[in-house]
Amino acid sequence: MRLTDISIKNLIRRKAKAGFIMAGLVVGVAAMVAVIGFVRSMTAEINHKMERYGANILILPKTEDLQLSYGGLNLGGVSVGVQPIRQADLHRLSTIKNAANIAATGPTLLGVVSANGRDVLLAGIEMNRVEVLKPWWSLSGSRPDSNAVLAGAQTASLLNLTIGQTVDINGRRMHVSGILGTTGSQDDQLLFAELSTAQVILGKQGQISMVEVAALCHDCPIDDMVQQISGALPDAKVMAIQQVVKGRMDTLHRFSAFSMGMSAVVILVGSLVVLTTMMSSVRERKEEIGIFRAMGFRKSHIMGIIFSEVAMISGPAGLIGYLAGTGATFIAVRFFSDMDHAATAWDPLLCGGAILLAMVVGLTASVYPAIMAARLDPNTALRSL
Amino acid sequence: MSSINAQQLGKSYGRGSGKVHALSDVSFTIDSGEFVGIMGESGAGKSTLLSILGAMNTPTTGTLAVDDIDVYDLKSEQRADFRREFLGFVFQSFHLIPYLTLLENVMLPLTTIRMPKSEKRSKALAALERVGLDGKGDRLPGEASGGEKERCAIARAIVNDPPVLLADEPTGNLDTRTTDAVMDLFTGLNAEGTTIVMVTHSPRCAAHVHRVLDVADGRLLKGVSVAPPSHCM
Repeated sequence: MRLTDISIKNLIRRKAKAGFIMAGLVVGVAAMVAVIGFVRSMTAEINHKMERYGANILILPKTEDLQLSYGGLNLGGVSVGVQPIRQADLHRLSTIKNAANIAATGPTLLGVVSANGRDVLLAGIEMNRVEVLKPWWSLSGSRPDSNAVLAGAQTASLLNLTIGQTVDINGRRMHVSGILGTTGSQDDQLLFAELSTAQVILGKQGQISMVEVAALCHDCPIDDMVQQISGALPDAKVMAIQQVVKGRMDTLHRFSAFSMGMSAVVILVGSLVVLTTMMSSVRERKEEIGIFRAMGFRKSHIMGIIFSEVAMISGPAGLIGYLAGTGATFIAVRFFSDMDHAATAWDPLLCGGAILLAMVVGLTASVYPAIMAARLDPNTALRSL
Repeated sequence: MSSINAQQLGKSYGRGSGKVHALSDVSFTIDSGEFVGIMGESGAGKSTLLSILGAMNTPTTGTLAVDDIDVYDLKSEQRADFRREFLGFVFQSFHLIPYLTLLENVMLPLTTIRMPKSEKRSKALAALERVGLDGKGDRLPGEASGGEKERCAIARAIVNDPPVLLADEPTGNLDTRTTDAVMDLFTGLNAEGTTIVMVTHSPRCAAHVHRVLDVADGRLLKGVSVAPPSHCM
């Protein structure tokens, strides 16, 4: 016969009360687990989409620009002390700490050319990387080789270009290998050629105007990567394109904070359920506790009985709460997201955390009833005769 | 074996005009191995005296010493240890824990003692056998008769071999035959050296004790050592 045997026997006898305490804890823990799972799932989805956005870091020549534009109307500008980027320097990107997070780099050379007698912006890019850097492109035809160009939708329309047609670019005859679908970006107004071809046409061998970097940043802060690249290329200006993602993450963080607050309230209510149920249980067992005390049980023994009862309920309550919360997330994510694997995956750490949370809440809420029980005057047992 | 020495014990409840003196200026000595009865009318202060002897009710005045230990000079938890080591209780209404079997009820006083589980079990079985309940340890209190419950309560009180046994009207709910059996048990325990203090209304029970402390209106009547009847009534 041990103290825990008394606790087990009492729990079996008072099943309804034990069930009530368990229900209070399960609801609180399930709410917390559901929120954590939901937020994790949504974050995973955002990260996944972020990767699909393509380039998210831009490397530009460092200038002291004075842009003269207003409302989309560009009036030119003044550039002072432009430091061109050399293609040979790009190997330094592979030396940064988070180099493994760089999915692709896209060096780009921009320059104005005369195409069939009209001024057009020519972009030289490495065509074998467009699928990673510009996944939204819809291409009719094929990617250009060294003697071909790709026309943006608006450029093709303006110059009446069709696939297979030839076009005169700075006096050089090149054929149109493909035409891009409308993207709604500046790409619509460009001609694209292989980088090396563009460097020859523009007379800028070994030079590039900018570099687009696709970084997979769900496990690294993008701001850190920007700093690392700035360190590797000190003469370049490095910027992160993350406003949209940042906005969505901010919303998610606010939702997360709100939901955590709500879960905390639910847990508080659960702890009050434990508190009131245990208080009522102690009152019911006044005589029994008095007998224990009369037989020489110390206050710590009485508290041990109360705490072990609550611990025996809290452990399973944490596990059930974890399973219920995961199930709730599984259902909720289907309404808000097209991903669910992150939410429903077995997470031993979260499961352990849920059990620990239930134990902490249950035991904390039982401190007062346990003290009340321990302070019971043993004489109560005799007085009740 | 233990002796009990009570000096000018007093207990009052309430304050001011509502103050009630449950016990006043009670002094006596119980020698080791004695079997003493406490008798008196209802409300005379018998149970209050027994609870003070049981180290559970701090007297307003006076001292209580068991084997030269000033019981109420001990701290609360030390008094719990004292009760565990020195005292066994038999309550009038048995006060068995309803969700524990008779065997488990008997094992209760051993719960907080460091001892192998098998040893606790064998001591409890021996105590049950001592009171004639061998083979009935698996029953719940609700399945036992009044006499069996009383025997179980006695087994629980003696399982840790306390030198002093305190009993509060142990036969109050029992028929004559069972009363005699219980009193025979007490007599046997006393013969083995256990000091017994028993509150009773019954002259039939008082017939078994060595002497009686007669309490009236919270005071011990003069001529304390009332000789018990020489035979059962």
